[in-house]
Amino acid sequence: MNEFSNAFRTALQLLVEMDPGLSEIVLLSLRVSLSAVCLAAVFALPLGALVALTQFPGKRGVVILMNAMMSLPPVVVGLVIYLLLSHTGPLGVTGLLFTPTAMIIAQCVLVFPIIAALTRQTVFDLHEEYDEYLRSVGAGTSQKIATLLWDGRTRLLTAILAGFGRAIAEVGAVIIVGGNILHSTRVMTTTIALETSKGDLGMALGLGIILVLIAVAVNTAVVTIGGGASRRTV
Amino acid sequence: MQTQHHMLPLVVNRARYVVGGKAIIEDVSFTIHDAGLTVLLGPNGAGKSTLLKLCHGLLLPSSGSIRWGEADVAEVQQQQAMVFQRPVLLRRSAAENVDHVLKVRGASSAQRARVIEESLEWAGLTEIADIPARKLSGGEQQSLTIARAWALNPEVLLLDEPTANLDPGATRRVEDLIRSFAGAGKKVIMATHNIAQAQRLADEVLFLNHGRLLEHAPADRFMSGPSDPLAARFIAGELVE
Repeated sequence: MNEFSNAFRTALQLLVEMDPGLSEIVLLSLRVSLSAVCLAAVFALPLGALVALTQFPGKRGVVILMNAMMSLPPVVVGLVIYLLLSHTGPLGVTGLLFTPTAMIIAQCVLVFPIIAALTRQTVFDLHEEYDEYLRSVGAGTSQKIATLLWDGRTRLLTAILAGFGRAIAEVGAVIIVGGNILHSTRVMTTTIALETSKGDLGMALGLGIILVLIAVAVNTAVVTIGGGASRRTV
Repeated sequence: MQTQHHMLPLVVNRARYVVGGKAIIEDVSFTIHDAGLTVLLGPNGAGKSTLLKLCHGLLLPSSGSIRWGEADVAEVQQQQAMVFQRPVLLRRSAAENVDHVLKVRGASSAQRARVIEESLEWAGLTEIADIPARKLSGGEQQSLTIARAWALNPEVLLLDEPTANLDPGATRRVEDLIRSFAGAGKKVIMATHNIAQAQRLADEVLFLNHGRLLEHAPADRFMSGPSDPLAARFIAGELVE
């Protein structure tokens, strides 16, 4: 208990003093995870909508795969990206291993199926309601996708934030492809893992508190934006 | 009522529509020559909605044919608009709902602004232009779907039980809009199970039951004494199944 209160005191001190080491780590975490989520969303939103709206052979299998990939183990994703980017791997020449870019790629792979699968479900549900209207006015596939994505925006934002929650909290993928290098690829989760094993519990707990605060802030944003959108347009 | 309309006649020839082995529409044939307001009348489950959707091309007949003048249904779908029983409204403001159909049809932004204003004014909805469509009352919502149809300037308006869920005041406003549509020389075809509404609005009546067309007659003749015995019982207020 004493150890915990000491750690907690150190943690608060680091937070109050805005420790530069700590803020560097927090900012890199945010940069990596936000980039990964934005990149994933740009492709996953239209793809999820397209899968929802089109019929093709093997669609059932694709939908099952998309849903299954939502729970990809981060360490496995990390391992595969590591193998691809390692200097003997097919993408080794890019020299991306142990860089923030590699971490963005790994988190993007983790988050993509979450956004795509939730988008597919959202668009599918909304399409049930809009289908006859959209066909009646003669909307083409891209017009249908644009309409459904926009009208599903509240739920899609929740899907994107679910992806962000997954990215910011995972440790398995970024520690493998990033290497947890000080001042270069060290993020909150990898630091917590490292500092805990070193016994520096103050730093670990300080970052843990920030992670939880970010989670709370993100969810507050969801509720605020979602609530605002529903007041305005739902 | 006897005005000419360039998309007519609507010729439905031996149309049949089957789902899962059950015929929803069974061997229906009729021809509509005149503009004005045609009512598809019949109890729930008679096949009225299905017949409307066949005429609009949202469904394809299992057999038989449906033609508007010389054209196939698909060729003229864009000259029609359809209003559904439960208003399908986008999660946007009233004005943006009208804007959406105009955008889909590729109207310029200047054109859209003008038509949105005109359509909402026509339907008496100018004051609620910026209100989210799904926050409107049932009557306002259905008026908005009709204003949205009006914005497309269709030759034909198809309505599926547009006032089924509305109170008398809202029903009156929606009926006024429907009359105004027909009065502007458009062809209006409306499904309803409500005899009084058919009496108020119809120029001609098609009476359906269990997917079959039992009678096709001018409204005044139908209302004063239909030749089909089942239609006569329906008009008399009996519960026809």
